[in-house]
Amino acid sequence: MIWNPNKESMPREQMRELQGKRLHKVVDYVYHNVPFYRNKMQEMDINPNDIRSIDDIVKLPFTTKQDLRDNYPTGLQAAPASEIIRFHASSGTTGNPTIVGYTRKDVSVWSECMARCLTAYGVTRDDVFSVAYGYGLFTGGLGVHYGVEHLGAAVLPTSTGNTEKHVRLLRDLGVTGIACTPSYALYLAETMERMGITPDMIKLRVGAFGAEPWTENMRQEIERRLGLKGYNLYGLSEIMGPCVSYECECQNGSHICEDHYFPEIVDPNTLETLPHGQVGELVFTTLTKEGMPLLRYRTRDLCSLMDGECECGRTSVRMGRIMGRSDDMLIIRGINVFPSQVESVILGMPECAPRFLLIVDRVGNLDTLTVEVEVRQEYFDAGFDTLTPITDLEKKVAEKLRSVLSISVKVKVKAPNTIERSQGKSKFVIDNRKIQ
Amino acid sequence: MTVHQLSVFIENKSGTLVKVLKLLKQEDIQLIASTIADTADYGICRIICSEPERAYTVLKEAGVAVSLCEVFAVELDDRPGKAADAIEIFAGEGISIAYLYSFLLNGKGVLIFRTDNSEKAAEIISANDLKIIREKDLSKLL
Repeated sequence: MIWNPNKESMPREQMRELQGKRLHKVVDYVYHNVPFYRNKMQEMDINPNDIRSIDDIVKLPFTTKQDLRDNYPTGLQAAPASEIIRFHASSGTTGNPTIVGYTRKDVSVWSECMARCLTAYGVTRDDVFSVAYGYGLFTGGLGVHYGVEHLGAAVLPTSTGNTEKHVRLLRDLGVTGIACTPSYALYLAETMERMGITPDMIKLRVGAFGAEPWTENMRQEIERRLGLKGYNLYGLSEIMGPCVSYECECQNGSHICEDHYFPEIVDPNTLETLPHGQVGELVFTTLTKEGMPLLRYRTRDLCSLMDGECECGRTSVRMGRIMGRSDDMLIIRGINVFPSQVESVILGMPECAPRFLLIVDRVGNLDTLTVEVEVRQEYFDAGFDTLTPITDLEKKVAEKLRSVLSISVKVKVKAPNTIERSQGKSKFVIDNRKIQ
Repeated sequence: MTVHQLSVFIENKSGTLVKVLKLLKQEDIQLIASTIADTADYGICRIICSEPERAYTVLKEAGVAVSLCEVFAVELDDRPGKAADAIEIFAGEGISIAYLYSFLLNGKGVLIFRTDNSEKAAEIISANDLKIIREKDLSKLL
């Protein structure tokens, strides 16, 4: 099913024309309402009339997370305060939090886009849908919540925490859909197993997962343990929140709501636009946002874009799986290491639970990488009674990591359930290097 | 001809061993023998106790990484050289001992061990009339 075929399956030329018109409008709007953008454009000697088609986007300045921090709290807000009806804020663990104000129209566009995502996953008015993203300043909870209501399904605002109660509600209400982070989905599965509840005792059928990187192996694991089909849900608070892109039943990339969020891929070093198909940093321009429109916002997410009509009938550009973050990338002994590479190795090991921790250190002048992995509880049922299988497992994981990462890694096996679970975004990395 | 042993995977961190022992204490399960094999980061605590199957369930339900395995328990006279004689028989047949520990119970020496070939070890025990301790006898000795 397609929620809005008019937009989601719009012929390409028509879409480009619409995007061009909207881009001109939003550029004109920020030029007159956001000093930051006016100054930047004047420095570059461009004005809104230079932006006539979507191809003109390359003339525009970029926006970075740092720009948002520098203009804390509401320096990039374009709408007058009286028009703002809601604020969300990022966690701000590495500096000022990022504050995003939404007008009534923004919230309505958000709900519309979110309904597109849910419809693509097969959610209908008949579903009961649990929103297990955190409610509050984080966009996940309220964003999905409004989309489910807009679609007309029943929303169960579970948020995170109190997981046992959540499991009971899933079972007793016959909940059919859920949205949460992939790591929370696994935590939920563990809780269910501990409570003796098997997938056939609940009716979950659709899972919308996002807000942190996850892999194909992780998807299969979640699908098996919760008995549902898992779909990717992508978004970021600076642009809107969850709803920016979504997978359809074909699961061949995520369709971008590109009548509202225009995607580009650029080389993170040169900032040159890359052709579709190449991996680079994903950049979004909000085409219809009123509260805090952003031009060419650098997401730091690395992926590629795909053209061509999808078998589902949608014509929108799709984005591939996020390969990593340009700022998550660790440089260890000069080699680029992405936590997602480690994750794919761990998930390919049946002995290991899908939890890990990367610890980076500097001993003398040498960087070291230690990977802590958890052994599965079932591993011990097979009759473990010497340390040899554990040390063999460490060697096996270390060899596999070495071949994937091209650097040597110390692997430390941990007992089941000893690596800390997070209920929000997983923390995968501890970097202890003190570089002077 | 074997007895049950609990093998618990524990990390070298204060509090992990006491957690295991406390769980057994709460269930009124008595230790008969225990030993720890360790590396820098973790170890295995091997435990012979009064009700191994119940102990296994208790620990497992508490989320402890535990397995229940079978080991040989041989009774020896408490005199010098008895252990050497017993092990020599296995060495003579080309059987390696994976691990071994011993303790005294009611004036008798008890050797607990696992070999790399349980089947052949059982044959050797029978052929050489080594005195095997059965699980029910162990709890009787308490």
